[in-house]
Amino acid sequence: MTLQTNMLNYGGRRVVDRTLRGCTVVATAIAIIPLVLIIGYVLVVGGSSLNVAFFTQTYMPPVPADSGGAVDPATGLPADFAGIDVSGGTLADPNAPVVPAEPDLTQIQAQGGVLHGIVGTLLITLVGLLFALPIGLMAGIFLAEYPSNSLATGIRFCCDVLSGAPSIVIGVVGYTLLVQQARTYSGLAGAVAITFLMVPTIARTTEEMLKLVPHAVREAAMAMGAPKWYGTLTVVVPTALTGIVTGALLAFARGAGETAPLLLTIQGNSNLSYDLLAPMAALPLLTYKYIESPFPAENQLAWGTAFVLLLLVLGVNLLVRVVTTRIKGGV
Amino acid sequence: MTVATQAVAHPAHRMTVRQLTPFYGKRQAVQAVDLDVRPHEILALIGPSGCGKSTVLRCLNRMHEAIPYAHVAGTVKLDDTDIYSPRIDATLVRRKIGMVFQMPIALRTRSIYENIAVGLRLGGIRSKGELDGRVEQALRDANLWDEVKDKLALSGLALSGGQQQRLSIARTIAVVPAVILFDEPCSALDPISTLKIEALLLQLRERYTIVIVTHNMQQAARVADRTAVFMVEQSAAVPLGVLVEEGTTDQIFSTPKDSRTEDYLSGRVG
Ligand SMILES: Nc1ncnc2c1ncn2[C@@H]1O[C@H](COP(=O)(O)OP(=O)(O)O)[C@@H](O)[C@H]1O
Ligand SMILES: [Mg+2]
Repeated sequence: MTLQTNMLNYGGRRVVDRTLRGCTVVATAIAIIPLVLIIGYVLVVGGSSLNVAFFTQTYMPPVPADSGGAVDPATGLPADFAGIDVSGGTLADPNAPVVPAEPDLTQIQAQGGVLHGIVGTLLITLVGLLFALPIGLMAGIFLAEYPSNSLATGIRFCCDVLSGAPSIVIGVVGYTLLVQQARTYSGLAGAVAITFLMVPTIARTTEEMLKLVPHAVREAAMAMGAPKWYGTLTVVVPTALTGIVTGALLAFARGAGETAPLLLTIQGNSNLSYDLLAPMAALPLLTYKYIESPFPAENQLAWGTAFVLLLLVLGVNLLVRVVTTRIKGGV
Repeated sequence: MTVATQAVAHPAHRMTVRQLTPFYGKRQAVQAVDLDVRPHEILALIGPSGCGKSTVLRCLNRMHEAIPYAHVAGTVKLDDTDIYSPRIDATLVRRKIGMVFQMPIALRTRSIYENIAVGLRLGGIRSKGELDGRVEQALRDANLWDEVKDKLALSGLALSGGQQQRLSIARTIAVVPAVILFDEPCSALDPISTLKIEALLLQLRERYTIVIVTHNMQQAARVADRTAVFMVEQSAAVPLGVLVEEGTTDQIFSTPKDSRTEDYLSGRVG
């Protein structure tokens, strides 16, 4: 009697279990399919536009397919730029309006590469990380180790607001405070803007990771007679180091992909530049610029930059995996 | 070894607890406790869960105040020094009165060697030779040396639970405390490891004064010289721990004075 009821219940539970499990599978698929499509499309389309020059050269004006890259020494433009017959041709009727031949944009070939963008993105993001790491780490440690401090509540709130703020707002702030004051766009202004985006990420992941360290570990350090700061730095932080490094790497990946803050701070640069105080190029900005270009060949380059950016982010995520498994492996 | 030289080698330390009243915020956790811990004895604190054994124990080396809202009234003396005196630094108290916890804590990012050396460095020992000697001595004293001498550079996590607990003990005795407090040191261990720790406790008694919290009455009977029994006051609105009686372990287990102790020991309570 009771046994029977139990079995009936069990059957009901199994139906519920199956249904819910089915729902989660469907939801997961819906979440993953666009991701796979985006990555796949960028890899296929972007990958085809890659060649050695793409990684080793900087910007060069596009040329018609048949000019062989000949450049007019006077203008710096291709000799027969955009297929326009610059010789004027023969005019049957001198009074007839001059109608230049409609340029066939598909015949334009892009040349050069995006080395300046790769260098710019790496420089700006690394300098941003350099600024953001100490601030974010210290804020995170403060939040986790002195949680009931009233200042901590304020900082936590600021971090949440900052990480939720539209990144274009960060760009505007960077523009007003740095670009307008210094009277020049610069890689440094971009790095500072990126810093503002990285700090909350680093601070909150650091806080979360430190909170995962069991209280007993802190007590063990304290019971050794260690002052609180000593225990925090030599026992608690190292215990959570994997997670903290992961947070920093993810902040780096996010910073590398940001476009809006850079749009208003670094301006872009067609040449390779290592000068942080001058305008600089960056991959997201180049992607934007090339997509806007009228030449299909340059549109194709945008897929290339998107591809490189995606590789960078995927690479960093892969690195995160390696770091976490390596350390968990007890090395 | 004569009694006299032993006294010189291992100085006798006592603790005197008077009207000790621990609070969590406004809530009093335990009724005022008077307790003496005599030199070179093992004092066991037993009682049902939630009766305040850990709380009282943590008051004995100022670990209680590590909880932000917790505070203490009353006095605790190590020999003639009031450990709660404003002139006394809590971190120094914790070096003098060591503590071993229920969960063996091997500081996970450190090697076995470093697990012990870190406490010694805190005490100002820098020379490699002296560190090596003290680490080895602590591991020997914790009956762990033979098991780990070939893997000092490995992570402490490479050890079994029982070995990690002896590593915790080695870390504690490396800095040569006066008193060692144990909070249920065996409740996460298997029976064999438990017996090893109990044997170690009896060995350590020769040198240190020991207070051990245990919910295992047989363990108290096996190792403790004296036993203090705590109970939860059920009549109060919020549970309040009380020290109902203390005495030699033999007396507590054979002829308890308090009926509540008798009920507890016979398994009728807790
Ligand atoms: N961190 C804490 N904050 C608030 N109350 C606590 C805390 N730790 C213990 N208590 C309370 O103090 C009482 C005694 O707890 P504890 O000393 O851990 O008992 P025992 O070790 O004997 O099981 C319990 O009522 C418990 O709820
Ligand atoms: Mg307890």
